[in-house]
Amino acid sequence: MNFVDLLFLGFATLALGGGILMIFSRHPVSAALFMIISMVSVAGLFVLLEAFFLAILQVLVYAGAVMVLFLFIIMLLDVGPEGAKSSRLKLVSGFAGVACFSILIVLSLLLVFDSSPISQASTLWPALDQNSLVNGENLVFSTRVKSFGFGLFTKYMLPIQVAGFLLLAAMVGVIILSKKVIREEKV
Amino acid sequence: MAKTVVLERKPLSLSERTYLPQIATGLKTTFSNMFKPKVTLQYPEEKPVIPQNYRGIPTLVKDPNGREKCVSCQLCEFVCPPKAIRITPGEVPEEDLDREHVEKAPQEFEINMLRCIYCGYCQEVCPEEAIFLQQEYSSSGYSREELINKKDKLYELGGVLPDKHYKWDKKKKAELEGNSH
Amino acid sequence: MIEFMQSLEIWQILAIKIVFALMMIGAVMTMAGYSVLAERKVSALMQGRLGPNRTVLPIIGSVPIIGPFLQGLGIFQPLADGLKFLFKEEIVPGHVNKIYYYLAPIIALVPALTTMTVLPFGEFFTGAGETIPLMLADLDVGILFILAVSSLGVYGIVLAGWSSNSKYPFLGGIRSSAQMISYELAMGLSLLPIFLWVSKPGVEVSALSLVEIVNSQHQANWLLLVQPVSALIFLIALFAETNRLPFDMPESETDLVGGFHTEYGSFKFGIFFVAEYAHIVIGSAIFTIIFLGGWHFLPWMSDPWPANWVGTILGVGWFLTKTVGLIFFFIWIRWTLPRFRYDQVMDLGWTKLLPLALANLLFYIVLVTWLDQSAL
Repeated sequence: MNFVDLLFLGFATLALGGGILMIFSRHPVSAALFMIISMVSVAGLFVLLEAFFLAILQVLVYAGAVMVLFLFIIMLLDVGPEGAKSSRLKLVSGFAGVACFSILIVLSLLLVFDSSPISQASTLWPALDQNSLVNGENLVFSTRVKSFGFGLFTKYMLPIQVAGFLLLAAMVGVIILSKKVIREEKV
Repeated sequence: MAKTVVLERKPLSLSERTYLPQIATGLKTTFSNMFKPKVTLQYPEEKPVIPQNYRGIPTLVKDPNGREKCVSCQLCEFVCPPKAIRITPGEVPEEDLDREHVEKAPQEFEINMLRCIYCGYCQEVCPEEAIFLQQEYSSSGYSREELINKKDKLYELGGVLPDKHYKWDKKKKAELEGNSH
Repeated sequence: MIEFMQSLEIWQILAIKIVFALMMIGAVMTMAGYSVLAERKVSALMQGRLGPNRTVLPIIGSVPIIGPFLQGLGIFQPLADGLKFLFKEEIVPGHVNKIYYYLAPIIALVPALTTMTVLPFGEFFTGAGETIPLMLADLDVGILFILAVSSLGVYGIVLAGWSSNSKYPFLGGIRSSAQMISYELAMGLSLLPIFLWVSKPGVEVSALSLVEIVNSQHQANWLLLVQPVSALIFLIALFAETNRLPFDMPESETDLVGGFHTEYGSFKFGIFFVAEYAHIVIGSAIFTIIFLGGWHFLPWMSDPWPANWVGTILGVGWFLTKTVGLIFFFIWIRWTLPRFRYDQVMDLGWTKLLPLALANLLFYIVLVTWLDQSAL
């Protein structure tokens, strides 16, 4: 076992432990903090894969921005520790938990043992090489930012635009929902 | 009735709306202030100039002949608003030739500087001009007891003041001439 | 150098890195300590006072001319301040959430110190005519790393505000998180035109690297002169992100007592204090790197120093001079401008800076595309 393996074990433990503790902690603020720990540890795992850009995006977007918003809203709403829920809610949440966990198990098993298309996700990238040219040369996929950008603006142009359009629609929806309705008083 | 004039406020120009020229002017002002002479008084080394009528620590004074002026009439103790003054009156022994016409002198005179408010009433009320608020202003100590000024401390702080009319000398003279009261 | 590094065991490399990291922490913390002194001294000078000039060390202070001179400058004051924080009584209010209360100062300080790992501060000339940038870790996405890690710093303030369990710290924490989210956006957008400008077509090297940004300003225009709007937006956002006046919403003594650190005392407050100044030091260094040409001499001029170790030292010195100049600018602004109101801060961030940054980005996209097309 070398140094990198040790680091992997450390980050993996932190990521999983953070996730589990997030579910089990009673106080929303603690839960949010455990989620941050989990996300930062995942970023650490990306670093071990030498995917620095992904790692940084993980921290920048999720740990840095999304979770600050989460925490902000938890604090603004002043959500206290969760008390005992009704038995029906417990049943529902327990069922949902078991369902999600079993889906996770099934998917992981598929990825490891099966050669179905999902497991070949890692072979998607070489396909990019064949029809993408930079200055007359193939842009070999690397962990560099440029190859991310190139992929996003060539092969994955449509998905990006669609995702952007979805976000735009969401934003317009929020603006309309949060806009105050000014009723004109009739005399 | 005064006529109210409503001034038309000119709309801000584009450069004014960015506030940047104003900020630059402000920065220039603060920067030029850095090189102006400083007004700091380096206290323990440099002392402030104390005006003549300053009300500092109340002290007891002696007359130019070095005689105790206070006759322990206790007017100051009575007038003192925070009750900072305590006087234990005592008699002047007969054999004191210098002050044979004086009957009383303070046996103990205490001014509690933790209570004193420097109002100067004691100085104002003293018929013998024996208590003065002088220019000393710095009084400190490590305990409450230290800050109660005893008689010897008060005389040490007060010293001798030039007295214009030698009241006791006049009294003595009057007594010798036979019309004491 | 590289061969030498490859011949080492991993623990030896680790040991070397740790030593370098400790040196860097020492340098930044010293600068942070002395910026506190600079803050007090500059504010005093601007207000017609003298500032700290009493602290003195026994032996050095008694040297005839130098001793009193150093004492007058207040050189020993940071030592006294640090010791004061160390030896003060540790007071923990009864109503706080203990774990987060203790955690918050640490979380505030760690990101401030982590960002310095990717900060280049000079270059080392090898005998073979190569230059190696002086930095702890040469990351090709350095600027993103700094943005990402510094965005974690807000948790310290938010947690401090929340765990203190009292009104003013809470308001400070809430304001701070809102402010950070708002200005991070403008900050990131103001940097995009820089990357567009620096990355030339056909160059494989990623222009997100801070070293590349510095070297692109060698014998060329400083980016401050090329992109003044970006520089302005970045500077304003930097003030907001470091919680400096006129944006010190989380602290604002006049309306929030002490803001997020109202309930903190002694060393825990000291950590917050040092973290704030470490942010300023590192923020100044980043601005120097991106807009003021880093360790290179004036714009359009080649470095006047020789390409050996003397040049290295002079380059680092020049870099530090620029950084200290910017720290002075931070302090200067603080003692010139009054604080914004909270709604004014939000208004400036969302309705002024963000559209301006977007317009700036669009303008440079068009300009860079046009330049690229005409160059082909």
